[in-house]
Amino acid sequence: MSARLGAEVVVIGGGVTGLSAAWWLARSGVNVLVLDKGVVGWEASGRNGGGASHYHSPLFDEEQRLWPLMDELLGYSTEYRRERVVFATNDHHMAQYRRMAQMCRDLGRQVDDLDPGQVRDMVPLAGDNVVGGIHLRFGGQANPQRAVQAYAWAIQDLGGRILQHARVERILTHGDQVTGVETTRGTIDCDHLVVAAGPQSEALLAPLGARLPLAAARAEMIVTEPAPLMPVGGADGNGLYGRQTLRGNLAYGGGPHEWMEIGPFGPTRRPGSPLVRNLARRVAELLPRGAHLRVIRGWAGVVENTPDGRPVIDRLDSPGNVTVATMSGVGFGLSPATGHAIRDLVVEGRCTFADIGKLTIRRFAGLPEDWRESAGWRPTAHAEAV
Amino acid sequence: MASRPIDAKALAGKLPEPERRVQLLIVGAGAAGCAAAVEAATAGARVLLIDENPVDAGLMGLDAPLYYGGRYTAAVQAKARMLEQVFSAEPGLEAAMEAGAEVELGVYAWGAWIPGEGLAALPGAVAGLADEHRSWMVGFDKLIVAAGARDTAFAFKGWDQPGVMGARAFRALLQTYNAFAGRRVAILGSGPLALDTIRLAHDAGVDVVAVIEVADSVQAAGLATGLATGMDVRVACVPLVAHGDHEGVTALTVRDTRTGENFVIACDTIIQAISLTPTVELLDVLGAAIAPLSCAGGHAPASTDGARTSLPDVFIAGDVAGAPGGSWLAREAAQASGRRAARRALGLEVEPAPEASSDFDALAYQALWARVLFGAADPSLIICQCESVSLEALLAARQPDYLGPPPPAMARRDLGELLRDGPVNQDQIKRLTRACMGACQARRCREQVALALAGAANIPPADVPLAGYRAPVRPLPLSVIADWRETPEMAAGWDVWFGIRGQWTPYADIGTEREALYDGLFGGDMHL
Repeated sequence: MSARLGAEVVVIGGGVTGLSAAWWLARSGVNVLVLDKGVVGWEASGRNGGGASHYHSPLFDEEQRLWPLMDELLGYSTEYRRERVVFATNDHHMAQYRRMAQMCRDLGRQVDDLDPGQVRDMVPLAGDNVVGGIHLRFGGQANPQRAVQAYAWAIQDLGGRILQHARVERILTHGDQVTGVETTRGTIDCDHLVVAAGPQSEALLAPLGARLPLAAARAEMIVTEPAPLMPVGGADGNGLYGRQTLRGNLAYGGGPHEWMEIGPFGPTRRPGSPLVRNLARRVAELLPRGAHLRVIRGWAGVVENTPDGRPVIDRLDSPGNVTVATMSGVGFGLSPATGHAIRDLVVEGRCTFADIGKLTIRRFAGLPEDWRESAGWRPTAHAEAV
Repeated sequence: MASRPIDAKALAGKLPEPERRVQLLIVGAGAAGCAAAVEAATAGARVLLIDENPVDAGLMGLDAPLYYGGRYTAAVQAKARMLEQVFSAEPGLEAAMEAGAEVELGVYAWGAWIPGEGLAALPGAVAGLADEHRSWMVGFDKLIVAAGARDTAFAFKGWDQPGVMGARAFRALLQTYNAFAGRRVAILGSGPLALDTIRLAHDAGVDVVAVIEVADSVQAAGLATGLATGMDVRVACVPLVAHGDHEGVTALTVRDTRTGENFVIACDTIIQAISLTPTVELLDVLGAAIAPLSCAGGHAPASTDGARTSLPDVFIAGDVAGAPGGSWLAREAAQASGRRAARRALGLEVEPAPEASSDFDALAYQALWARVLFGAADPSLIICQCESVSLEALLAARQPDYLGPPPPAMARRDLGELLRDGPVNQDQIKRLTRACMGACQARRCREQVALALAGAANIPPADVPLAGYRAPVRPLPLSVIADWRETPEMAAGWDVWFGIRGQWTPYADIGTEREALYDGLFGGDMHL
């Protein structure tokens, strides 16, 4: 018999949210253990666009404060780069970007208008079809795959532990408290539990009487061979989000998603689809001087969404030693701040730096059982939709 | 029919119907694919047989799909002439056409999908095809993948010069393209593939000057006898450096591992003939079960009879099923394999497959080569050419050079540290080091990186899980892959992200009357 493992705080889910939470807890001297069913950052946390510009979020100020410091704080590179350019190749898009710029200005953020020449100076792969653009003097982008590993290593450097290939089968309770988790690698005791298990969170929490309604879908991206580095790597438009990586590859996503049914063990496949052709076309239109670049990869990530598309970051009333987090498809960029908020909920019982009172799990209490059907958020066959 | 709500921003109903549908699509028109086409068309099936040869010279320069090593003549640039050449090189093509199959050459199969988990929205089973100008979709009832096998490449000093190439590419340049540009070749390896390669060279009048083997003895019995006459056969020798000038290789230095003595062999081409690996790219994208097959030298589709796969509508024929000893099937065996696959696909009676196993463990043989080669190499040896990842950087799980010198914490991390946290995972190492992340889609380094990781972790190579393949499995330009005729449904339902109304409402405005304002302005769109 091996000794029973334990930690003050156990985090279920080695995605970017769980990892950041564990890192913040370890920084506060908490004995923390992260469990993952596979490898850290293997799901949507390592398969996304790397954007870090979510100005609508209450965590955005803290995110903006932290990202430029993250390489130093973590001790490893995240490939963070500042600012973004959004530019249009038609008047309809341009009008929409102007409205978006105004919204950002209303929020107190600086946004500069760009004429076509200015866009091409910043994004030399853009072409003669540029109508205009906006320059967000905030936000940015990082490399998701490098950042998740940086979080994991930083946790270990602070004395925290990460147990991979350990799937949680059951949350253990005694009275009104969680006492630990049963995993495929043994039982693990804890004083506090953080559930940040992506699409699997709903099923994990249900036996506790906590309802976290989630629906999972896959979203796709494509990557080209490297091109010379552009002055601004975070350049999007034409219905795409994405970036030029520091290596020079163009990585872009966007467009329709596909709803999936996810079992308790997570997605078994993350297939791409012929949508790669639509993505290729839109990248070629957005960046015509890069249309010759070879597409060398495509990928899909499985993303969980809440019914209103907004995060849940909340400490349960009962059991009182459980904190829950899902970012509803917008987790990577906000992660430095999300981890801070989760740490605060665990240690202080409340978020100390921002109001997150509208992100409770309680708001879904009255949601009808068939909400996914009503929203059309179930897998749908081609024939059914045409 | 009662209709239920459908998310207007979801994929269902937006992908175009394929340009055409065929009963049987066969990918790969070598001996196996052509025989399958003849068999199926003769039985009355509507067959489309495609082959990517002649491939674009730009792709050849990337060593895709084979490890050509730049040793081709300028003739490969002349596409029209090459089409004639490729057609005349394979008599099975004419036979397939005469039997009624439709044949398209110079057509890449860069993806294939069947409806299933996460892919309910597909308009049936479809393959993504392309030429140099555009891509299109073809629907199929049944698919036979006869994509062959490709080269397992190994790094040593100077391997990035023109003239270092793979045995399968050598065969393609000789037989399919009639465009091999070398004269005096040195062969690495002495197993079944080396033997077949030497025969090929002899038949073509190419001078084989040396055979280099890292093991203490010649591996293929046939090589020890008459075939080797006139060749410098050296066992217990390791290639150290390929010398060259602006035209590529001029000589190879090898070291006798017993005496430590170095020898220089004058040659213009170094053919790596250690082992092939089945070309499972499309099958992995399709989601077919794939498992290590030691006698075939790599991962092969799981199959009960050499023709079926784990997917009911997808079949395999020829070398992709796993040729014995890490070489290729003889022509007759490949044709028989093609006929069996065709009959399986059409639900016809099938004669039992002949025993095609081999005692030769081509995977263990590759592991031996990797151990000896990498053991003798300088740690700065570049193992991934596209991303300039050295052997040392790979085993240190080091961040790429474009990020500058690793920070102090990073310098304490290495592969050993990662292995303490979990088993070897090539995809994870790829993310950290960028090895296998380049424009050649890892055709030059995927297998040898797996071998190096197995060696470092001290596990059998079969225990390193296959690094995943993703479409497009050919590195084609954005403008070629692009769907320039997007469906109106796609255009109307396109959103940057999920299109969830209210997702982007500024936090302070949630629950206020301003929420309706943002909903009116943006709906679920972040920016169109």
